[in-house]
Amino acid sequence: MSDRGFPAVASLNAPLPVRRPEHPSAVAGYATKLFNGFFEWFGSLGIFSWQVLRAAVTPPYEWRELIRQLDEVGSKSLPLVAMAGAAIGVILSLEARYSLSRFGAKSMFPATLVYSVIQVMGPVVTGLVVSGRVGAGMGAELASMKVTEQIDAIEASAINPYRLLAAPRILACILMLPLLTVATDACALMTGWFAQAMVEPLSFHQFITNGFNGATFSAFLPQTFKTSVYGLIIGLIACFQGMRTRGGAAGVGRAATNSVVLASLFLILADVILVKFILVFFS
Amino acid sequence: MATTYDIATKQAEHEQDSLAPVVAVENVYKSFDSYKVLNGISLSVNRGETLAVLGRSGTGKSVLLRLIIGLDRPDSGAIRIHGQAIAGLALDRMGEIRKKMGFLFQQAALYDSLTVQENVVFPLEHHRRDMSKSERADRVRQLLAEVGLDSDIDKMPSDISGGMQKRVGLARALALEPEILLLDEPTAGLDPISSAEINELILKLQKERRMASIVVTHDLHSARTIAGRLALLNEGDVAIEGTFEDLQQSDIGFVMEFLKQS
Repeated sequence: MSDRGFPAVASLNAPLPVRRPEHPSAVAGYATKLFNGFFEWFGSLGIFSWQVLRAAVTPPYEWRELIRQLDEVGSKSLPLVAMAGAAIGVILSLEARYSLSRFGAKSMFPATLVYSVIQVMGPVVTGLVVSGRVGAGMGAELASMKVTEQIDAIEASAINPYRLLAAPRILACILMLPLLTVATDACALMTGWFAQAMVEPLSFHQFITNGFNGATFSAFLPQTFKTSVYGLIIGLIACFQGMRTRGGAAGVGRAATNSVVLASLFLILADVILVKFILVFFS
Repeated sequence: MATTYDIATKQAEHEQDSLAPVVAVENVYKSFDSYKVLNGISLSVNRGETLAVLGRSGTGKSVLLRLIIGLDRPDSGAIRIHGQAIAGLALDRMGEIRKKMGFLFQQAALYDSLTVQENVVFPLEHHRRDMSKSERADRVRQLLAEVGLDSDIDKMPSDISGGMQKRVGLARALALEPEILLLDEPTAGLDPISSAEINELILKLQKERRMASIVVTHDLHSARTIAGRLALLNEGDVAIEGTFEDLQQSDIGFVMEFLKQS
C-alpha cells in the first residue's frame, strides 16, 4: 500500500511474482466444479429441449414466426452457402485432378467430385457455414432479448417463450438445412466442372452422366437429409445459449461465440455417428 | 326457487370474496446462491388497493415482483393469486393466471424490433384472436390515448424517450384488462416532471379500473402519491407496513433513518 492508502501501482519493470504450485485440493475442487458444470449443462439442455418439444406440439402454433424464421435461416443464408459451395467445388476439382492424374485415374474425376461433394463436403461445409451465420445471429438475438428482459416480458404476457421464440427457430433450421445443402452441392458441382473444363474439354452433360453413373437415390439422399440433424443441433444450441444468458453485453458476446463453437463441435461429432448410421442402414 | 336467505347468503359470499386478498405472499424465502434476499416475507393486496413496497437497493423488492408474476420460484412459502398457489405450476397453466396480471418492467422491456403500436398490440394478437385486426388497432389507440401517447405510434422504442417507453410499457401491461398490476420502479430514471406525470397516470388508472396494484419503488414521494399502504423492507422482511402516517409515527430505527434520508 502507498502512503496515501491506495494500492501501489506495480512497476512494469518489477520481476514477475513467483507462482506457487496449486494445492492438490484446489485442483481437485476445480476439477469437481468442471465435472459438475459439464453435467449441469447437459441436464439443463435436456430440460430446455423437453420444454421446446412440448411447446412445439401443442397449439396455438406460431406459423407467422415460423415463416419469418424460414426466410431468415433459408433465403438469407443462400448467398453464403452458394459461395462456400462454389469455393469447395474449385478446391476439390484442383486437388482431385492432381491426385487422380498421379494414379492414372483421370476418368474417375466426375464420380470422385460428385461423391465427395454430395456425400461429405457439401453437408459438412453447409452445416459449419450456417452454424456460423445462423448460430451466432440467433444466439446473439435471443441473448440480447434476455438481458433486456424482453423474454421475461413475453412470459409475463402469458405467452410461452419456448413456443414463440425457440420452436420456430429450431424447426426452421431443421427444414432449411437440407435445402441449403442441395444449393451448396449444386454450386460446388458447377464450379468443379467449370474448373476442370478450363483445363480439359468436358461437357457438363458428360460430367453429370459420368458422375452419377450407377448411383441410386440411397447413395445421396441420406447424406443430404442428415443435415436436418445438423439443423436441430444448430437451432437447439443457439436458442439454449441465448435464452439462458446472463451478464449484459459480455453475456451476449459469450452466447454468440458459444453458440457457434458448441454447435460446430456437436455437428462434427454428430456427423461421425450419422455417417456410421448411414453406412449401416443405407449402404 | 331462491329464497331471501339464499340471496343474502350469495351476497355475503360475494362480499367475502371481494374482501379476500387478490395477491397473498405467505412466509416466502428466496436466496441466490448463499445470499438470502427474502427472509420469510408476508404481505397481501386486495382488489382496488395499491401497496407500495419500499426499501433500499438490493433488499429484494424486484425479486418479490418476479416471484408474484412467476418468473422465479420461492425457495419456500406460498404465493397465492385469488387463493391459488402459483409456485410449481406448469408454464401454460401459469399463463392462464398471468392473463389477469399486467407487469411494468423497470426498463419497460419493450420489444426493440417492434414499433410502439406493435408492442401494445402484441398481447392482443396472442390472446384476443376473437377480435378483428381493426378492433385490435382501435383498442391499441385507446390504450395509448389513455397513457397520453396519441402520436409516435409508428416509432421504434429506441426513438422515444424513457418516459414515453414507460407509458408504452404501461399501455402494454393494461392490454388484457388485468385485475392485478405490478409496477417495478415506474419512475426510476425519470426527471421530476415525468415522474409526476407517471404518478398521476397510475392514480388515474387505479381510480378507473380498481385493480390490485403493487408498486415497487425507492421513491418515497412517489409511494405516498400513488399508494394507500406502504411496506418497508429491511433484510428480506417487512420492517413496517401501514399508511405513511404509520411510518412517520414508527420508532423503529431503520424506518426513521429511511424517512430521514428520503
